[in-house]
Amino acid sequence: MKPDLGGWRALLRAGDVAVAVAGLGVCVFALLTLWRGGAPDGAVIRAGGKVVAEVDLVHARTIEVPGPLGVTVVEIRPGRARVASDPGPRQYCVRQGWLTQAGAVAICAPNQVSLSLSGRAADYDSLNY
Amino acid sequence: MTPSTIELTPTKEDRRIARHAAAAIVLTVAEAAIPLPLPGVKPGLANIVTLVVLARWGWREAVWVSLLRVLAGSLLLGQFLAPGFFLSLSGALASLVVLGMAMHLPQRWFGPVSHSILAAFAHIGAQLVVARLWLVPHDGVFYLTPVFALAAVVFGLVNGLVAARLLQELVQGERTEAVER
Repeated sequence: MKPDLGGWRALLRAGDVAVAVAGLGVCVFALLTLWRGGAPDGAVIRAGGKVVAEVDLVHARTIEVPGPLGVTVVEIRPGRARVASDPGPRQYCVRQGWLTQAGAVAICAPNQVSLSLSGRAADYDSLNY
Repeated sequence: MTPSTIELTPTKEDRRIARHAAAAIVLTVAEAAIPLPLPGVKPGLANIVTLVVLARWGWREAVWVSLLRVLAGSLLLGQFLAPGFFLSLSGALASLVVLGMAMHLPQRWFGPVSHSILAAFAHIGAQLVVARLWLVPHDGVFYLTPVFALAAVVFGLVNGLVAARLLQELVQGERTEAVER
């Protein structure tokens, strides 16, 4: 028995095809936004080895972390975070710029402050530059 | 036995709703026997009946048939008032609202297939929201969204095609009947 595909195709109207394609578009969009590997969930800030703040990366905010040399300023933006300023002499953690990958760490060793991004599916244990 | 003082006379409409609801309930029960890889991903065959009723008899009857199906189907499967029941109910309500709007789309371009896919998306949308708010209070439920969305497209398309075919044959059957008379 030959399947009557033409008969079925006649039941599809132009808008139906558009709706089905739009539906597939939603699938792809959901796939790309929800199944991103390595996207960070939150940021963990430590001072002197102790966790001082655990924040999500949804709302923008600035966090001031006191250390032995002074105040390190951590800037949080949706999906990323950075050390905005640090009293350390060489500024390595500031020059690292924005951290966007889960597992990325910026360490301000002189001031004993670190900023790391946590994530469900981190691609790396740590990243350094 | 004392004769009943209340006389219930089912109208033609009542019988029609009951008949369609019965067909939908049979499909629900039959579908429960199909093994599925993921909980929550179901073909939703009973929605074919809802689509046919919507196209032939209007939104009000489709609401009756759909909600009776959810209620009686859950009673038969022992799911009544269990979490699965509320997921079905929320999905069915959202689908009906979307169907109520989708049926006013221009008929020339949008047929039962469009209605079916849109309703399927409303169904998973409402279920995900209920699941997130109540059953799994964690954003992890949304992780499965792509799978559910794909299921909505595939099963929405298949159900819509079957409904469109049934409607076509029902109309043809009526025509031949009219000619024979």
